Amino acid sequence: MFPQAADWVRSMTTFAFALLFLASVAGYLLNLRAARQLQGSGARLHSLAGFHGGFSFLVVLVPGFIVLILWLLLQGAVINALVLRSLPPGTTDGLDPGAVQLIVAEIRQIAGGRIFGTPEQWKIDAAARLTALRDTSATLMVVVVGVMSAVLLILSRMRVSPDFRARQGTEAIVNGLMIFCSTVAIFTTIGIIASLVVETWRFFGMVPWYDFLFGLRWEPQMPIRADQIAAVGAFGWVPVFVGTLVITVVAMTVAVPVGLFSAIYLNEFASPRFRAVAKPLLEILAGVPTVVYGFFAVLVIAPALRDFGVWSGLPIASNTALAAGSVTGVMLIPFISSFADDTLSAVPRALRDGALALGATRGETVITVLFPAAIPGIVGGILLAVSRAIGETMIVVMAAGLIAKLTINPLDSVTTVTVQIVTLLIGDTAFDSPKTLAAFALGLMLFVVTLGINVLALRIVRKYREIYD
Amino acid sequence: MNDMRIAERTVGTNAAKISARGVQVYYGETHALKDVDVDILDRTVTAFIGPSGCGKSTFLRCLNRMNDTVAIARVEGTILLDGQDIYDKRIDPVQLRAKVGMVFQKPNPFPKSIYDNVAYGPKIHGLTRNKGELDEIVESSLRKAALWNEVKGRLNDPGTGLSGGQQQRLCIARAVATSPEVLLMDEPCSALDPIATAQVEELIDELRENYAVVIVTHSMQQAARVSQRTAFFHLGNLVEYGETGQIFTNPKDTRTESYITGRIG
Ligand SMILES: Nc1ncnc2c1ncn2[C@@H]1O[C@H](COP(=O)(O)OP(=O)(O)O)[C@@H](O)[C@H]1O
Ligand SMILES: [Mg+2]
Repeated sequence: MFPQAADWVRSMTTFAFALLFLASVAGYLLNLRAARQLQGSGARLHSLAGFHGGFSFLVVLVPGFIVLILWLLLQGAVINALVLRSLPPGTTDGLDPGAVQLIVAEIRQIAGGRIFGTPEQWKIDAAARLTALRDTSATLMVVVVGVMSAVLLILSRMRVSPDFRARQGTEAIVNGLMIFCSTVAIFTTIGIIASLVVETWRFFGMVPWYDFLFGLRWEPQMPIRADQIAAVGAFGWVPVFVGTLVITVVAMTVAVPVGLFSAIYLNEFASPRFRAVAKPLLEILAGVPTVVYGFFAVLVIAPALRDFGVWSGLPIASNTALAAGSVTGVMLIPFISSFADDTLSAVPRALRDGALALGATRGETVITVLFPAAIPGIVGGILLAVSRAIGETMIVVMAAGLIAKLTINPLDSVTTVTVQIVTLLIGDTAFDSPKTLAAFALGLMLFVVTLGINVLALRIVRKYREIYD
Repeated sequence: MNDMRIAERTVGTNAAKISARGVQVYYGETHALKDVDVDILDRTVTAFIGPSGCGKSTFLRCLNRMNDTVAIARVEGTILLDGQDIYDKRIDPVQLRAKVGMVFQKPNPFPKSIYDNVAYGPKIHGLTRNKGELDEIVESSLRKAALWNEVKGRLNDPGTGLSGGQQQRLCIARAVATSPEVLLMDEPCSALDPIATAQVEELIDELRENYAVVIVTHSMQQAARVSQRTAFFHLGNLVEYGETGQIFTNPKDTRTESYITGRIG
C-alpha cells in the first residue's frame, strides 16, 4: 500500500508544475488577446500587446514557482516534525538528536516499503501517518498553486488597459530575477568563505596559529583512540606550501616558454593553414580532463624519470615534483598560449605595420613592439596560470607524494596543499578533530593565496585593456 | 583662404625616382589594381586622389612592399626604384622599407617614449655608432617634423600621450629618422583637426627638398595645396596622371572632371 502513495506524491508534483505552466501560458494568451482587442477598438496602447502577455506570464509563473520550490524544500521537515509529535508519548524522551534522527530515518524507510526485520507497531503506525501526511501535502500543494495561479491570472488580466505600462512591468520582473541570480552567486561565495573561516577558527583553537603558519613539520597523524601509540600531530603548513611552490615553479618553467613561443609563432609567423590546424589542437589539449594528465604523469613520466635515475645514478624519487609539475605545466600550455594569443592579437595592427614599415623584421617587430605592448596582458595570463597551478588537484593527487618534506629539490618527492586536503578528508574523519579541521585551514590559505594572485592578475589585465580601447 | 590655391609648380629635377609599369594587385579573387603605369619624380610631392576603395592605398603599399604582409595579396608588374626592381628576389623588403618610409592614416606611435619612437629605426638598422649620434638624429628628425620645440623638454614621456597632430608629426619624425629617399603618406591628415593639418601640410612642403613624397588624400583641396603632380585613380585604374594644375583646371578624362567637380565620389 505504501509505494502507491509515493506514486501519488510524484504525480501530484508533476501535475502542480504542469498546472503552473499552463496557467502562465493561459495568462499570456488572455492578456495578449485582451490587449489586441483594445488595439482593435482603436485605443493607443502604451505597451505592445506582447508585453501585456509577457507581464501576465511572469506574474503567474514566478510566484507560483517560488511557492512550489519552497514547498518541496520545506515539506520534509514539517512532516517529520508532525510525525515525531504524533508518536506515543515518551518515545523520544531522553534520546539525543542523533538517535531521534535514526528513528525518523527508520520510519521513512518503512514508509518507502523497505522493511527490515519486524519493526514495532508504533513505527508502522507512524509510517502510515507519514504517508498520509505526504499525500495531504501533495494535494494541498496542487490546490494552493491552482488557487494562486487563478487569482494572479485574474489580477493581471484586470490590469490590461491602454495606459498600463506592461513593458516596464515585465522589465522590472526580469530585472528582479537577474538580481536574484546574481545574489545567489554572491551569497554562495560568502557562505563558503564564512564556513572556511569558522572552521579555521575552530582549528586555531586546537592548534596555535603560529604553529600552523610558521611550523616546519607537517605530520597530521592524530591518535584516534586515547590509548593509541602515535606521534603527536604536527600542523606546520610551511613544507606543504613549499611543496606546492616547487611544483608550481616546475609547471611554469614548462608552460610559460612553450605557451608564449607557440602563441608568438601562431600569431606572427605561422601560415594560415598551419594556424588552422594548430589552434584547434591546442584547444583539444585544454579540453583533456586533468585525470588523464594524472595517468600520463603516473604511468609515463614518473617511470621514465625513475629509469633515468637508475641509469644515471642520480637519486630520483618515485613521486618526483618534476613529474607532477611538468605534467601540470603541459596542462597549462594551452591556457597561457591562448591568453598570449589574445593579447598579441589585441595589439593594434597599426603598431605592427608601423614597425614593419620602418624596416623591422617580423622578429624585431615581435620583440620590440608587440611584446612590450602585450606584456601586461601576458603577465596577467601567467599569474592566472600560476593560481591554477597552485590550486591544481587531480594531477598532484595522482603523481605527487604524500609526505611533507621541506625541500626545493624537484627530483625529490613533495606534497601539496591540495593533496593534503584530499588525504585529510579521505577515510574515517571526525568533524571535531584537528586533522579534519586542518583541511579547512589549508583550504583557507589556498583560497587567500589564489585570490590574491587573481586580483593582482585581473588588475594588470584590466589596466592593459584600457590602453587600446 | 583660397582652398583651391595651386601650389607653386617648381618641380626641381625631373628625374623619375620610382617607375611602375603594368602593376596589377589581386586580393584573393579581387582585382584591386589594374595595369598601373606611373613615374614618381624625385623631390616632388605626388598626390593620389580618387574615391575610396579605388586602390590608392593598395598602390602606395606596393611601393614599400607592405602588401607582402597581407597573406592574400598578389602583386604583378615591375616597380623600379632608381632603376632597380624592388620585387626582385635579391631585394630584401626589410632594407627597402628603410629607404621608402611610410606614414599611416591614423597616428601609430609605439607605446614607448618620444625619444625611443624616433630612435627606433636608426637602432634596428644600426645607423649610429654611439648615443651622441643617436641623439643628433633624434633631434634633427624632430626638427624636420616641426615637433622639436614642443617636445624637447619631455623626450622621455610616452609618445602616446601627445595630441593627435603631434603624434602624427612624431610618426613623420620616426619615418624621417631612417633617412629614407621616398616618403609615402596614406591620408596623413584624415585624423587631424584643421590646425594640425595645416602644420603637417607645411611640413610636407619642406620635406620635398630632400625626398620624393607620395601622399594619398581624399581631400582635393589638400592635393591642390601640397602637390606638384597628381594621379587620379578610379575603380582600380589609374585614369589620369599629370601636373597638378593641369589635372585640376584642365582634366583630359571626363571621369577626372566628374570627380573634381564632385559628381562621382
Ligand atoms: N587586406 C585586404 N584584403 C582584401 N581586400 C582588400 C584589402 N585591402 C584592400 N582591399 C580591397 O582593395 C580595394 C582597394 O582598396 P584600397 O587600396 O584600400 O582603396 P583606397 O585606399 O583607395 O580607399 C578595395 O576594394 C578593398 O576592398
Ligand atoms: Mg586608403
